[in-house]
Amino acid sequence: MNRQNFHTGFYRKELLAGPYLVWAAGFIVIPLLLIVYYGLTDRAGAFTLDNIKSILAPEHAKSLWLALALSFASTAICLVLAYPLAMILRKRGVGKGSFIVFLFILPMWMNFLLRTLAWQTLLEKNGVINGILSLLHLPPQSLINTSGAIILGMVYNFLPFMVLPVYNVLCKIDDDTINAARDLGANFTQTLLRIWIPLSVPGIISGITMVFVPALTTFVISNLLGGSKILLIGNVIEQEFTRGSNWHLGAGLSLVLMAFILASMALIAKYDKNGEGSAF
Amino acid sequence: MKKRWIALGLVMVMAGTLAAGCGSGEGETAGSTPGTTALEEGGSDELYVYNWGEYIDEDVIAQFEEETGIRVIYDLFETNEEMYPIIESGSIAYDVVCPSDYMIQRMLENDLLAEIDFSHVPNVSQIDPAYMDMSKAFDPDNRYSVPYCWGTVGILYNTKRLEELGVEPPTKWADLWDERLSGEILMQDSVRDAFMVALKKNGFSMNSTDEGELQQAKEDLISQKPLVQAYVIDQVRDKMIGGEAAVGVIYSGEMLYVQGEVENLGLDYELEYVLPEEGTNLWLDSWVIPKNAKNKENAEKWIDFLCRPEIAKLNFEYITYPTPNKGAFDLLDDDMKNNKTVFPDIDTLQNSEVFSYLGYDVDSLYNDFWKEVKSK
Repeated sequence: MNRQNFHTGFYRKELLAGPYLVWAAGFIVIPLLLIVYYGLTDRAGAFTLDNIKSILAPEHAKSLWLALALSFASTAICLVLAYPLAMILRKRGVGKGSFIVFLFILPMWMNFLLRTLAWQTLLEKNGVINGILSLLHLPPQSLINTSGAIILGMVYNFLPFMVLPVYNVLCKIDDDTINAARDLGANFTQTLLRIWIPLSVPGIISGITMVFVPALTTFVISNLLGGSKILLIGNVIEQEFTRGSNWHLGAGLSLVLMAFILASMALIAKYDKNGEGSAF
Repeated sequence: MKKRWIALGLVMVMAGTLAAGCGSGEGETAGSTPGTTALEEGGSDELYVYNWGEYIDEDVIAQFEEETGIRVIYDLFETNEEMYPIIESGSIAYDVVCPSDYMIQRMLENDLLAEIDFSHVPNVSQIDPAYMDMSKAFDPDNRYSVPYCWGTVGILYNTKRLEELGVEPPTKWADLWDERLSGEILMQDSVRDAFMVALKKNGFSMNSTDEGELQQAKEDLISQKPLVQAYVIDQVRDKMIGGEAAVGVIYSGEMLYVQGEVENLGLDYELEYVLPEEGTNLWLDSWVIPKNAKNKENAEKWIDFLCRPEIAKLNFEYITYPTPNKGAFDLLDDDMKNNKTVFPDIDTLQNSEVFSYLGYDVDSLYNDFWKEVKSK
C-alpha cells in the first residue's frame, strides 16, 4: 500500500467513521459507564467497594475459579482441534476445500441456543448417544449435567473462533518458507515447532482470547448442559440481574470479570501488533 | 483473498437473519392491527399490555381489537423479577400487567398500582368469590387486581420408573429426599419455589422470615443436591414426558398438556400429579393497572373483556392453567370439571399458602442462601 496516499486521504476517511463513533458512544461507552456506576454504588447510591470485594465470598470465588478452570480446559481443547484443521484448510485452499469450510460454517447459521439445546438431546439419559450405546449393549453413561458436558458445549460453540484466526495467519506463511525448512533437512516436527508455530503465534493468541473470553462469561451453556447444578461466575451475574434484582452486585462482579478480559486484550496487543490474527 | 468470501458469506447470513427477524416481527404487528378505527368518544385507541409468554389465546387479542377498535401493543415477560424494574422505572407506560400474587403486593407497597374502577368491569362478577378471597392475601380490599389464572405446585411422577426403582409413589415433599431417587429428581430453578419445598417439608411457612428456619431449609437443599438431576423451570414438562427423570416439581397448569402428550405419543408409562401433604404454593396471577397507565379506560375494557365467560374459556383451553372464572368453568364439559389435577378441591389445599413479598432484606437472604446451595 502506498503510505503517502493513505495519509492524504486520512481526514476524509475519518469522517466516515462518524456513524460508528456515535454508535460506540451510545451503545458501548455509556453502558460501560453505567456498569461502573452500578458496580461502585450501593442501593442508596453511596460509593462502596463491597460489590467488588464480594468476589471473595466463598460461593463467588468458587464459581469464578470453576469458570476459569472450565474455560482454560475448553480453550486448550479448541486449540488442539483447530490447529490441524487450519493446516488442512490452508493446504487444500478454500476453493477446493470449500466443502470442509462449508461444513464448518454451516452450524453457525443456526441459532446458538438451538444448537446447545440439540446437545441436550444428544447427551440426555434417554438421548441419542445413550440410545446408540444401549443398541450395542453397552452400559448407559451419565453425560449431561456434568462439567464435561459444559466443556463440550463451550468447545463446540467457540471452535470457529479459534479456527478462523489461526487459519488466517497460516495463510500468510509463504510456502517457500516451509520448503526452505524442508530443503535444509528439517523433519515435520522440527518444521512445526520452529516454523509453523512461531509464525502463527498472533493467530493463536487471538484465537485463545476469542475462545477464552466468551467461555469465561457464558451462562447459557452452563445452564443448559449443566442442569443449573454447576454455578459459574456468569450464572451468578445473570441471576443477580434477572432473579435477584440486585443490579449493584451483578455490576460489581462484572467489573471483576472485566479485569480478566482486559488482561487478555493486553495479551493480544502484545503479540498481535499488526492485527494479523484477527478473525476477518 | 479467499477468506474474504467466507467473511462476506457470514455477514450476509447475519444480515439475512436480522432482516428475517425484523420482517416476521413487522408481519405480526401488522397482522394484529387490521384497519384500526378511531374510538367514538375520541379517547385514545391504544392499549399497552404486558403479560407472561404463552399466556393468552392470540385470537382473543384480535377479537378484542375488532370489537373495540383499540390497537393492542402486546409485550411479554418471563419472570416477575424481570417485569418489576420496568414498571418501576416507568420507561414504558404499560396500561395493564399480569403479575403474580407476591409481586402485586410489592407493587402495592411501592405505590405503583392504580385502583380499578369496577363500574367499568361488570364481568368481574363472573370471578368465583373464593378467588377474590384468596386475592386478599396481597390485595386486602380487592381494589387493585382481577384474578386471571391460578394453580398449585406439586410433584409429577413416572409410575413405571418408580416401579423399576422399587419406590412407592410420593405423597409428600419429604419423599424428594429419598436416596433411592438419586439422579431422578427435577427441582424448580427459582429461589422461592425451591425454598418453598424445603420449608414446607419441615412444616414451616413458605413465607418464613426466620433465619433459623431458612438456614435449616438451606441445609436440606444442600443435602438434597446430590440426588437432583437438574434444576430447571419449563423443561420439567418435556423432561418428564421424555422419561428423563422419575419425579419432578411442576406447576399444576402443565398437567393437561402432559397428560395429552402421554396419550398422543402412546407412551408406556403414566405421569401422575400429587399435591404434597405438607401443603404447597397456591399461586394467583392477576391483572393490575399501573399508576402511570395512559389508557386506563381501555385497560378496564381489556380486563372486562377477559372476564367474559366465553373469552375466559377460550383462554383456558389455550393456556390450560385453571381459570378462576366461574362462568367459564360452567361452560366446560364434565370430564374437565371433575379433573382434580386441574381443579383440586378447595379443602385439599388447607395447608397451602399464597406467596407474599418479604421485603428487600429477607429477599436478599433467600438469594444468598440459594447461591450457597447452587455453588455446593
